[in-house]
Amino acid sequence: MESLEQIRDRLLARFPGATITLVPNPGPAAEHTISLDNAHAFEIARFLRDDPALQLDYCSNVTGIDWPEKEIVETKKVSVADPAGGPAKVVEEKTKRIEPGRLEAVYHLYSMALRHGPVIIRLRTGNRSDQVTVPSLTPVWRSCDFQEREIFDLFGIVFEGHPNLRRLLMWGDFKDHPMRKDYVEPDDYEWEPTPHAEVLERAQAHYPSVTPGVSAPAQVEAKP
Amino acid sequence: MSPAAPTQAPAPFGAPSGPTVRTVTDAFHGDLLEVSMGPQHPSTHGVFRMDVTLDGEVIVKLKPVFGYLHRNHEKIAENTSYLASMPYTDRLDYLCSMSTNWAYALAVEKLAGQAVPDRAQYLRIILAELTRIVNHACLVGFLFNDLGTSFTPLLYAFREREKIIDLFEALSGSRMMCNYQRFGGCRIDPSPEWLAAASRLVDNFPRFLDEYERMLTGNEILLARTQGVGRLKAANAINAGITGPVLRAAGVNYDLRKVDAYGFYSRFDFRVPLGEHGDTYDRYMMRILEMRESVKILQQAFRDLPTGPIMDPKAKIRGFRPKAGEAYGRLESPKGELGFYLLSDGTPNPYRYRVRPPSLINLTLLEEMCLGHTVADAVVILGSIDIVLGEVDR
Repeated sequence: MESLEQIRDRLLARFPGATITLVPNPGPAAEHTISLDNAHAFEIARFLRDDPALQLDYCSNVTGIDWPEKEIVETKKVSVADPAGGPAKVVEEKTKRIEPGRLEAVYHLYSMALRHGPVIIRLRTGNRSDQVTVPSLTPVWRSCDFQEREIFDLFGIVFEGHPNLRRLLMWGDFKDHPMRKDYVEPDDYEWEPTPHAEVLERAQAHYPSVTPGVSAPAQVEAKP
Repeated sequence: MSPAAPTQAPAPFGAPSGPTVRTVTDAFHGDLLEVSMGPQHPSTHGVFRMDVTLDGEVIVKLKPVFGYLHRNHEKIAENTSYLASMPYTDRLDYLCSMSTNWAYALAVEKLAGQAVPDRAQYLRIILAELTRIVNHACLVGFLFNDLGTSFTPLLYAFREREKIIDLFEALSGSRMMCNYQRFGGCRIDPSPEWLAAASRLVDNFPRFLDEYERMLTGNEILLARTQGVGRLKAANAINAGITGPVLRAAGVNYDLRKVDAYGFYSRFDFRVPLGEHGDTYDRYMMRILEMRESVKILQQAFRDLPTGPIMDPKAKIRGFRPKAGEAYGRLESPKGELGFYLLSDGTPNPYRYRVRPPSLINLTLLEEMCLGHTVADAVVILGSIDIVLGEVDR
């Protein structure tokens, strides 16, 4: 298989307006990734699948990553001249900058026909709150279907063009996205959206002499 | 305009069982019936639900519904250290904890650049192949349960499974939740007696398989109910990310033991069985044939098992902090491609931990496979895909 640089160069030649960057992986695995811009991602994905030299016909794994807003403190050594005329002092100057948060979808692509891979592509959202849309690659690889639904469910990335974007693991009324780093667990796991009051009222009307929710022996004992 | 004419006349009542795929007609102007199969349905192999829409008994729509066993395994793993998630991986595919352990260890070793000694590699192959035998034998038993044979084939399989699981217990201390692999090797070195017992079991296993096959493979009910049922085309299967025996039953030669040759699989001589039709019968036969290949692998492994350490001496158990980076490790679990994606930021906990569950992704084409078949066939098709809900819902 050609190297990622070659793939990037070919993609840039084929899709002139696209922003395609290599994201290096510093770890020992050295599986570097290609980051694609959302406007061209769908076309590029189709190209990767259909290109005869690559034939990445199998999308193995799709996953989301949450990168919350991060405060980065950079220290810089600055030499400050002594106003009294002594030797200049070296002072550490701290600057803070805030790296904006974002969500990422990572796709691991392999070729079953040519038995090579992986080529790993990443799609990024603008932020974590209102620009959370990336193009869905389900029309290209059907195997993204459930996995993109899971990411939508657990991370809150909206996949534009997904044929059936619903929650996969959590129930439909659930509000939050549990895999986000800032997710707060609810105090009461057992809470269910059951209309208790209404059910109790009906039970009381159905059998007025019995108090619902109190065990039968307790009621018998309570009676004189 | 008249309603769409049926492309094929419905088979007359009592006709000999021919091709099982029927076209839906509205000859009786019947209403469609929506049935929620599951989550507590005995044939769904766990808490899995299928919302099926039926025309008579024929499925016209099927939507799988997940999440009844969801406990956010990935979040739990991101909040603990790398090693502490090893016992949790047992609970993913609780029939095959040995190979699930291995998949996780493989991914972490790739992430940390950790070497594994030879003896541990062989032990891993031995245990993974024993797990494959357990899984496939049980799956065939469950498949026959779904076909309506009340438990006899399953109990034959369980008899053999019990022997292998006893071996797992003798080795790791637990029958199913083995927690055996470590990053850079294995936890316990098996004794010579254990190896002799395991080798004897493997040598006797083909006799069980012969008996099993004599009883099942030519069975008329199996032939009538599975051949031509739930066909899967190779191109669709590849596009939908189907892996494992389900994919190979459709005729696609893609076995990670050959493709990636992870561990020491390149040293072993075995074949990859392939199906022709991609139907339920082929999926059944894949399991039988793979068990025979596993026996071959096991015999070679027992013959060639080297002596030596089972843990890399440089492996770090305490204070394990892989360098920042990411890795995707995958292997051929009995159900398909089981992958772990790990992203490290240099802390003791993984920043991102993702399980690529073969059981979930193999269900992508369940609807296509079941359309036009009866409810009873859908049960068998689901059984032949081989899912474990611990892995589907995570």
